[in-house]
Amino acid sequence: MEYLLIVATDPEAEPFVAEEDNVGDWVDDLEARGIRIRGQRLRPPADATLVRVRDGELLVTDGPFTESKEWMAGYDILEVESLDEAIEIASRHPMARFGRIELRPAWPMDVHEPGAERHARERAEEEAAIGR
Amino acid sequence: MTATAADDGRDAVARAHRDEWARVTATLIRQTGDWTLAEECAAEAFARAVERWPSEGVPRNPGAWLTTVAKHLAIDRLRRRANESAKVREAAQVDEVERGRSVGRRAGVPLPAPGDDPAEHESEPGGDWGDEPADGVDDRLRLVFTCCHPALALDARVALTLRTLGGLTTGEIAQAFLVPEPTMAQRIVRAKQRIRNAGIPYRVPDAAALPERLGGVLAVLYLVFNAGYSASGGDAERRGALAGEAIRLTRLVVRLMPDEDEAASLLALMLLQDSRRRARFDDAGELVLLDAQDRTRWDAGEIASGVAVLRALARRPGGIRGPYRLQAEIAASHATAPTADATDFDRIAGLYDELAGIDPSPVVALNRALAHGFAGRPQAGLDELDRLAASGALDRYHLLPAAQGELLARLGRPEAAAERLRAALALAPSEAERRQLRRRVDELDAAH
Repeated sequence: MEYLLIVATDPEAEPFVAEEDNVGDWVDDLEARGIRIRGQRLRPPADATLVRVRDGELLVTDGPFTESKEWMAGYDILEVESLDEAIEIASRHPMARFGRIELRPAWPMDVHEPGAERHARERAEEEAAIGR
Repeated sequence: MTATAADDGRDAVARAHRDEWARVTATLIRQTGDWTLAEECAAEAFARAVERWPSEGVPRNPGAWLTTVAKHLAIDRLRRRANESAKVREAAQVDEVERGRSVGRRAGVPLPAPGDDPAEHESEPGGDWGDEPADGVDDRLRLVFTCCHPALALDARVALTLRTLGGLTTGEIAQAFLVPEPTMAQRIVRAKQRIRNAGIPYRVPDAAALPERLGGVLAVLYLVFNAGYSASGGDAERRGALAGEAIRLTRLVVRLMPDEDEAASLLALMLLQDSRRRARFDDAGELVLLDAQDRTRWDAGEIASGVAVLRALARRPGGIRGPYRLQAEIAASHATAPTADATDFDRIAGLYDELAGIDPSPVVALNRALAHGFAGRPQAGLDELDRLAASGALDRYHLLPAAQGELLARLGRPEAAAERLRAALALAPSEAERRQLRRRVDELDAAH
């Protein structure tokens, strides 16, 4: 299964200790185990750009500036057997201590299926599951 | 067919439901990967047994019969689904289940006659039902760990454990937890969806993760037990069954993981606590505290079983004295005392010292202080309780002022004791406890 591993800051985590940031070892270890991984650190929200189309008009602004103290600091994409393996990997990322990590499973879809059909089909499946 | 034979058949189905539900469902989940399908087909297999065993006789191996019937039903449904929607994914599932089976290729899937042992049908050339998993791990253990996976919400773990592992109906679980049935049904559906969508695996965790994950399983089972054990009044009948269900499922985990001391210790703890269930309320439905309970109403069989488990653990070399083990030994000390006054509180206080060393929670500290107080050191116990009260950690917990009150009474200070018990009264969460505290306050008021 494919997971997006979102590395985030968290003001309630222990203070960052630069000497203990061993993310290089973490990546090496995954590579050595044959786990395909790619990811990046991300520039902070101050360097983000927001793109919107409203009433047909393109709006480009800097931001978003939110009050939130938790923001996405990086990401990795993992291909693993199961959630248990993803949890084990996430637990050894230094930012699990100094921040927090969110695991989001990929939700594959046929991008060429017409949107209205997909929407109707998935709704029907959801209703069938709840109904029985 | 005689009436007796029919009764035997019905008894056999009831027994098989208790003993085989988890095995049938767990095997089917591994084979189909579809929890709902597995449960529906397991339920249908038991319904067929109800129809057929009373008149046709009980199969020699009821579990194998039920598994075979349930699997035939699953193959049939998967094939119908595949035919209806021609979905590639589900067709692949049928192949997975059949795995070279020749008979199942026909549209109508034959069911074994109850008199037969379905194992005999397994000898067809090329027949491989895959009923035994390739890794040799009992499917029920996979089910235990998946139902109690930490990525599921706690209430979902509890519901799934009782439904899929325990075989309770959604209605029974809803009643036990006092929620509407549609709410519980939705909780279970969502939990199953989450298992699939989040990628929660159907397997036993590896050695590195096992201790923590087993701890999570035992916590769910103890929570189910306590939901049943703490029930009172009108709820007691509906919820009391949960205590027995938790004991049954814990027994299963102990059988599947016989070397895990804490699992066996939890079983002992549950048995020893459950032995007092009928004595906790008198005939008028009033709560009776441990020291005032009628010990003839304690279940001697459960006490003997719980003590036997602890004796076996004590003989194991290098056994772990974990939190469940220590709590079980404390419960055993109470359960084996002939009278409340003869209770060995020195031993109990020593066990609480040990427990406080590995579990620094304020509730353990409270019980430890009380045990020392009852062991002839009421002032030391009270001082410790006062420190705990000053820390503020148990500000809303009624048992803290109640414990202070009991030790003050022992110190010959009934007025101060009554004041503390009134404070407990204001915080007590249930009517039964409030009535018990009121009676105690009246006793103390009469004493001075």
